[in-house]
Amino acid sequence: MSNTLLPEITDALVACDAASAVALTQQALASGLEPLTIIKQGLVPGIEQVGERFQAGEYFLPQMVIAAKAMQQAMAVLEPELQARQQRVDSAGVVVIGTVKGDIHEIGKSLVATMMSASGFQVHDLGVDVPSQVFVHKVRETNADLVGLSALLTTTMTAQREVLRALEESGIRDRVRVILGGAPVTPEWADSIGADGYADDAVGAVQLSKRLLG
Amino acid sequence: MRPCFKLLSDALIDQIIAEGLGLLMDPGVRVHNAEALELLAAAGAPVDLDAQIAHIPEELVRRALETAPSEFHLYDLDGEPVVHYGGDSVQFDPGSAAITILDSKTQQQRPAVTNDFVDFVKLVETLPQLDAQSTAIICSDVPEEVGDLYRLYLALNYMRKPIVTGAFRKDTWWTMKELLETVAGGQQELVARPIAIFDVCPSPPLLWSDLTCQNMIDCARHRIPSELVSMPLAGATAPVTVAGAVVQHTAECMSGVTICQLAQEGAPIVWGGSPAAFDMREGTTPMGAVGTWLIDGAYTEVGKALGMPTHAYLGMTDAKVVDAQCGLESAGGTLIAALAGVNMVSGAGMMDFESCQSYEKLVIDAEIIGMAKRLIAGVDPREDPIALTLMRELGHRADYLAQPHTLRWFSHEQVLPSSVIDRKSLDGWKRQGAKTAWERAGDRVRELLAGYQPTSMSDDMRAELRAITQQAAQRFGLGELPPLPEA
Ligand code: B12
Repeated sequence: MSNTLLPEITDALVACDAASAVALTQQALASGLEPLTIIKQGLVPGIEQVGERFQAGEYFLPQMVIAAKAMQQAMAVLEPELQARQQRVDSAGVVVIGTVKGDIHEIGKSLVATMMSASGFQVHDLGVDVPSQVFVHKVRETNADLVGLSALLTTTMTAQREVLRALEESGIRDRVRVILGGAPVTPEWADSIGADGYADDAVGAVQLSKRLLG
Repeated sequence: MRPCFKLLSDALIDQIIAEGLGLLMDPGVRVHNAEALELLAAAGAPVDLDAQIAHIPEELVRRALETAPSEFHLYDLDGEPVVHYGGDSVQFDPGSAAITILDSKTQQQRPAVTNDFVDFVKLVETLPQLDAQSTAIICSDVPEEVGDLYRLYLALNYMRKPIVTGAFRKDTWWTMKELLETVAGGQQELVARPIAIFDVCPSPPLLWSDLTCQNMIDCARHRIPSELVSMPLAGATAPVTVAGAVVQHTAECMSGVTICQLAQEGAPIVWGGSPAAFDMREGTTPMGAVGTWLIDGAYTEVGKALGMPTHAYLGMTDAKVVDAQCGLESAGGTLIAALAGVNMVSGAGMMDFESCQSYEKLVIDAEIIGMAKRLIAGVDPREDPIALTLMRELGHRADYLAQPHTLRWFSHEQVLPSSVIDRKSLDGWKRQGAKTAWERAGDRVRELLAGYQPTSMSDDMRAELRAITQQAAQRFGLGELPPLPEA
């Protein structure tokens, strides 16, 4: 029975069926499967297939986002078991992301956050209108590898520079990579304020992050 | 008879309004502005100050819709009422606040500087199809913090037409008001003959940010017109259905009208928006999608049913160069806007969602606008009998070119395009260099700019505007404003 559970979990994710993905994950645990096995052989192949179908133009954002949410819910079931065994999932990296102070454009940042978490990053999304110090605190608290700063206004791009300064002043700039995005942001701007990179869409953000942390 | 376009049955309009009103009570509207929350609470709306949520009862909304004017004018700098908000008047202005300009030589986007926006304003002045200016482009050669007011300052120096504008901060709004009052000749003069309208954007879903809410209240208090730009992004920040997105738009606009009228009864405010049918593959906000046009058309009908003047962002393209996609999307949206009777249609010149402005696209769009205006002027008999006498007179002769009837009517019946539109014979087109629309548009841009006539604004007034702007810029570390290009 356990043999079919893992492919069923995969299929549930591919079918964007969150309720089944969670129920099957619970069943798999109950049947004695190891959480790491469930993740590696059930969930990860599922989210990868969803990603492939998205790239192929067969799937659209709603499928991508719902599958990513389903994955998170299933992970939440497994989390206590992982902790009990003192195990961890290898994450592609810990990411802190948010839209900078004064700016409330949310959609692009959230899409990037979703794609990153679907691609194996552990993402802390701070939301919008985020003061520099909040970024700094979160980086400290989570020991983040990467910070993503979104700004959609020419007037708030400057706040990206302020976050960089705040990280500098707190002495933790060297510990993290900082990437930028948003409509008015350019690679030149990213360079000029000393960020580590720029991407103009969510897929690019994932590739950039993997490159920077790889 | 004027051709028009109807999307919603009366029953559907009623249901959309009822659901919009329902949303204003539950879950209510998030209002991140203390003054607006106070106004709403004082008027009897249940307000949760900690959560910053207002529940707005129907009576308040209905009263506001009553006191909001159903029509008003914008004036040009000569004091003429040239733009009419209300009824089925249809007028056009360029899309606002582009981050880049499409470079005429390289066809690449680049940050704009003072000269670029000044040329753009001059072009809009020379294009009769455009009824108003807009603060269309952000200039990268001044501090970002004053980008909004600097555009207004530049435009005021070169324009005669009224202007659609907007502030990006709470404090810069005051400087912008000062600039407008200076040009209008005083505060009361600006109230009597408004020359500008401010875009104010609620944030989907159901949120008034501090900034834009304050801009709206400040406009209302000074009886400066404001224009709601509600932008449900269907499938991302709003229901994916057209009707669902319009319900959200209705609720956001009704909350805006209510806050505005509580700040100042009778203050002019417009039912407008820039919605989009969210692209499910790219995660972008397409302005050229038919789904976007449907939302615009439908909310315009709701606004009209409520007796409000209307606005929409239409006639733009998502294309990155001035190509076939650019033309088809701009034409589609423009025609829909005209048929829907949108009072102010913002978008001319704009491409790459709302990121980029192009001179060449602007002059092509002017042709499209000319056609759209002609389309809604409809079919007129002109004479009675229409043709019977004339045709009997001519019998079977094909001699209409020589008829006084033709001379009398041809320029009314037909839109006479500029050289942007090619209707030459194949050989004639080749003789003229076999130019593409892009090249012809470029020629036209140069021709129009060469013919621009400076405005009669006095040197004193120009100096005063400069002093006001300079002072604001100095607060953000700019020593000297870039010099104004020659008029
Ligand atoms: C939707 C929208 C809004 C909505 C936002 C709703 C929400 N909940 O998010 C609302 C109504 C709130 C809004 C408000 C305003 N807006 Co607005 N808005 C837009 C619009 C139309 C689309 C933005 C969007 O969501 N795109 C879809 C997403 C998926 O794309 P994206 O954000 O670009 O994100 C992608 C990439 O940039 C990248 N990315 C994004 N973030 C990050 C981060 C990292 C780390 C990385 C690597 C990549 C990355 O990946 C994303 C996914 O592909 C743009 C137009 C445009 N061309 O961008 C204007 C636009 C950004 N807004 C503009 C303006 C002027 C405003 C206002 C000031 C208007 C006003 N006067 O009230 C206010 C400002 C409010 C504030 N303080 O923030 C201007 C900016 C002009 C300028 N020069 O700065 C624009 C360009 C429109 C225009 N031309 O007028 N807006």
